[in-house]
This record gives sequence, structure tokens and C-alpha cells, in this order.
Amino acid sequence: MTRFDPKAQTRRRQLLGAAVASIPLMVWPARDALAQFRVEVSGVGLTQFPFSVVGFRGNDAASEDIAAIVRADLERSGQFRFVPAATGGLDETSRPDLAPWRDKGADSLVTGSVTRLADGRFDVRFRLWDVVRGQDLGGLSYPVTQQTLRLAAHRIADYAYEKLTGEKGVFSTRIAYVTKAGTRYTLWVADADGEGARSALSSPEPIISPNWAPGGAQLAYVSFEARKPVIYAHDVASGKRRLLANFRGSNSAPAWSPDGRQLVATLSLSGNAQIYLVGADGAEPKRLTQTSSIDTEPVFSPDGKSIYFVSDRGGSPQIYRMDAGGGNVKRLTFNGNYNISPAPSPDGRWLAFISRVNGAFRLHLLELSTGTVSAISETSADERPSFAPNSRMIIYATRDKGQDALMTTSLDGRIKSRLAGAQGDIREPAWGPFQR
Amino acid sequence: MLSLCQIKTCLPAILRSREFKLRALLGASVLALAACTNVPLEEVAVQDRAGTSVSTLQPGNAAGGSTSGAAGGGVAGVEVAGSDKAQPGALNRVVFFDFDSFEIRPEFASVLEANAKYLAADGSRRLALEGHTDERGGREYNLALGQKRAEAVRRAMSLLGVRDAQMEAVSFGEEKPSLGGFDEAAFAKNRRVELTYR
Repeated sequence: MTRFDPKAQTRRRQLLGAAVASIPLMVWPARDALAQFRVEVSGVGLTQFPFSVVGFRGNDAASEDIAAIVRADLERSGQFRFVPAATGGLDETSRPDLAPWRDKGADSLVTGSVTRLADGRFDVRFRLWDVVRGQDLGGLSYPVTQQTLRLAAHRIADYAYEKLTGEKGVFSTRIAYVTKAGTRYTLWVADADGEGARSALSSPEPIISPNWAPGGAQLAYVSFEARKPVIYAHDVASGKRRLLANFRGSNSAPAWSPDGRQLVATLSLSGNAQIYLVGADGAEPKRLTQTSSIDTEPVFSPDGKSIYFVSDRGGSPQIYRMDAGGGNVKRLTFNGNYNISPAPSPDGRWLAFISRVNGAFRLHLLELSTGTVSAISETSADERPSFAPNSRMIIYATRDKGQDALMTTSLDGRIKSRLAGAQGDIREPAWGPFQR
Repeated sequence: MLSLCQIKTCLPAILRSREFKLRALLGASVLALAACTNVPLEEVAVQDRAGTSVSTLQPGNAAGGSTSGAAGGGVAGVEVAGSDKAQPGALNRVVFFDFDSFEIRPEFASVLEANAKYLAADGSRRLALEGHTDERGGREYNLALGQKRAEAVRRAMSLLGVRDAQMEAVSFGEEKPSLGGFDEAAFAKNRRVELTYR
């Protein structure tokens, strides 16, 4: 396997960053290859790797366009800029003449093939080239079924992303979200690009607040099927469900601890919404806040040592942090009178949240080490941010062109993509962890 | 189909606690659809088919290396059926609230009194006080606000002599607006507590 020098990549990225930094923010028109996947990318990132993907040889025999999925994945990350193909007729076995690609400004190139196997499966193969240094950065083969063609494409995008940025890609992870169609509520589990959605739960009553357990095998959520909010844990592969909290009053806002052994949740046993620790095994809940105010939306910090939450104890909803055992409460938000839905990044650096500014609910980002807050959207009905497991993107719900939508954004807010999914109301996204 | 007995065995100790209301599940039938087969995504070495200088690759490297099935399909769907209980027709059962308010307006005193009387007359009836908010703001925060409204009604009912065992304050937050639309007329209709007999 060819060696890869990450330093060279970093240097090149910095050079590139300087080169494109002067391009103003602009809206990218929808293009055919992307329209097929209903991914709309808008904006231009500060620092982007120019890359290209050529159509996979033999792809016509398969139902998914592998190259288009790889391209859409990399573009959606905000860290890559697509360069149209210079030449065709390449696959993973070819050693391409890289000069035309260099002329077009592509720094890297993905080639590959799709071959129908005798047993009906497809062998998806690819190779990644460093165009600048003329180096083979490796390739793999994925024998997959028709149903897992998309996953093979996401894996290829993850491979390229990791080789070129030095960080793990999140394209083969999963997201959960909820749709409402007529009077039917459905909890979906989909690919990270919103495609390939499969129903996990369908109910005539609302479903809210899905939250992935560490490892990604289970979801906790709030279902109103018993005519009140009750928290369930749901094994996604088997559909097996168990009650996590069904106490007198309302049970809501579940969030797993990093070790998966307990959850924080909001219960109204005392009459008002208060935060409790609930065992994943159904152990007796332990009350963590003792106020006569609203305390809700608890979520563990990635190290498990503290809990972020929302409280109106100061007169308006604001975000606070306390120790995991309760106590040592510190207020984190001070701008405006409505700051809710804290979502810490897995690397512990950031806290995404929703802030009301002049009546508009907008996604904001707090850098925890400095306290710096920045608005990263210009929409007015943003809800429920959730970080990608590599901490480089955020998914959130919003209204876009009069329709409910799920968006992903880079942390600088420059690259946003509207995700595909079922029609109608679409909300409550939760980005799952890396798959083991 | 899972029978009720099977559902019961799935549930943890919480089911047996005094807080759990089995009634809630009686009307619900849980249908477990056939689980999709998990197809592990294998990675194998690319053979040097063309005899060029392409390197041979090892499985399980930086591409993610997963052979676990969870990433593929692996979602088994569950369907939940609805349940509706008949309500006493003669009773007015909705209390509306002002914006950002949790106070019961004087005009609704008679609604609470009539329902309190009904509960006193029939000790077997159970009443859910279902708090609702308008659609502005976050879902979870609105759930907590709706709870605050439901709790205000519960306290008022308690002062009218209704036993705690006969009522439960719960919240639907913004999830079940009685009126669609995004204007003050709709918002005012949606800021409410519904008194629902179970």
C-alpha cells in the first residue's frame, strides 16, 4: 500500500484556502447529477479540496450511480469542491494520465467499477489518486447486494475523506428523523444523506426527541402512543422496544450517557419539568435538579462529566451546565431571552443551540473554550441541532422555501445542504455515531 | 404480532412499578414486521487485474473496516395502533390560556367546577389534564410549558376537591395543535389544557 503524507495534504489545503478565500458567498445552482439525489448544496467553503470522480465503469448495470453519490457526499461536507471529469473510460485498474486532471485543477481523483457477480451481487471497486504527486492512495473492493450499493458508495466517500483530510468521514453513518403525514407519525432511520430511509416506528400519535445510544444499535425517543409522553428504548435492527420512563406526568428529552448505561431525561414527578438520571436497566430515577422552574433538554458532555441543559430559572430559557451528579450550575448563554436545545460536539469543542433573534429561531454555535457565539444560519425556524460524529457538520430541522426540511451545515455555516427524505413534515433529526 | 403477554415480558421492572399504567398499552397492538436481513459489507483485496502498478490492498484498513451488519439495512419496523376513549358529551373540557401565561382565566372556573363535580360523582373515572402550547419555539421546551399549564389546572382541580388519584397532568407541548395556521388566532386556540377522560 502506498504511503500517504498528511503534512503534504495540510500544506496544500492551506495554500488552497488562501486562494479561494476571496470568493464571495454564493448559491450554487442545482445540477443534474445532484438533483438525482435531491441534495442541494449552497455556498462556498473557505478551504476546499478540488477533487473529481469519474463514472464507474459498468455502473449502468446497477440501480445507484456510485460516482454521483461519492461526489454528493464529499461536496456536502463543505470541504471538497467538485472538478468535472477531464477524461473518461477509467476504472480502478487503470493508471490514468494525471496531466489533464492537474490542468483542470483537481488534486485528487476517484476511479472505479461496478461488476455484476454470478450470485447477483455487485462488486464495487475503486481507487483514489493523488493527482498532484501522481500517487496511488489505495483502493478497495466491496461485494454488495443491490440494497447496499449506496452504503458501498458512502464507504468510498469515507475512504477518500479520511485519506485527504486526515479525519474520519461520516457518510456511512445513519441519521434518525420523524415525519408527519396526515395523522401518521413515522420514525425513520436513513443514510447520512437522507436517502434509503427505513421506518423504525409508525404511530397515530406524535414521536419526538430521538437520541442514538452509543454504538448506534438503539434509539431512545418520546412516543405519545399512550396519550402522554413516555420514553422508550428501541433496538433498531430487531424492532424490540422497552419502556425507559413511564412515570406520572410527562417523560421526555432522553439523552444517553457516553457509556450507554444510563440516560438523562425530563420528568414531571414534582409537577414541573425537572432533570433526572434514569438507568438504562429501568432503575429508580435520581433527581438532578431541584428548582420550581422548568429544567429540560439535558445532554451529557462527551466526557460524561457534565450535563448541558435548558432552564428558565433566570426568567427566560437559557443554557446551563452542571456536574453529571447535579450541582455546580453555570450559565452559558447570555445573549437574548430564548436559548434552547444544546448539542455538544463529540470532540467537546462546540455547543450548537437555537437562539431566538428578533423573533427568528436560528442555529448558533458556541465555542466552549472562548465563549464566542456565532450565528450559522439565516433561516427563522431552526430546531434541534445534532452533530455528526466527526464534529465537522451539524444536522438540524428548519423551514426552507415554505417547506419543513432537514439541513446539514459545515460549522462555519458556509456550506448547507438540504437532505432528501419522505414528503411532508420532516423534523427531529439525530445524527448517529460511527458504526462499529 | 406480539401478544400482550409477550409485550409484558419485554418490559423492564418499570412495568411492575406502581407508576405504570397498563391501561395505556391495552389498546395498542404492537406489530413487529419481519426484520430485514443485515448484509455485512465485506472488504477484500483488489486483485491486480490489469497487471499495472496498482498496489494490492488489505481488507479492514482506513476505509472504515466494518464488517458489522448494523450499518447496512437492519431496520425492523414497528406499527402502533391508536386508542380513543369516549368522552362525556355534556361537559365543556377545554381551558384556554393567554400568551406566555399559566393562569386560569376566571371565565373557565365553571368548566373546572363541572368536571370536578363529575369526578366526585363517579370515583372510578380518571381524568388526564393535557397541556398544549402554540407552535412557536422548541418542542421539548414547549412540552415543559404545556406541563406547567396542565399542572396549574391540576392544582385548581385539587382545590375543588378532586383526589390526586383521579387525575394526571401531562403535556403534549406543541405536538397536537387544535387549529392549524401560523397566526395569533390559531395560536390562541392552541394554548390550552384539554380535560380528557381515560
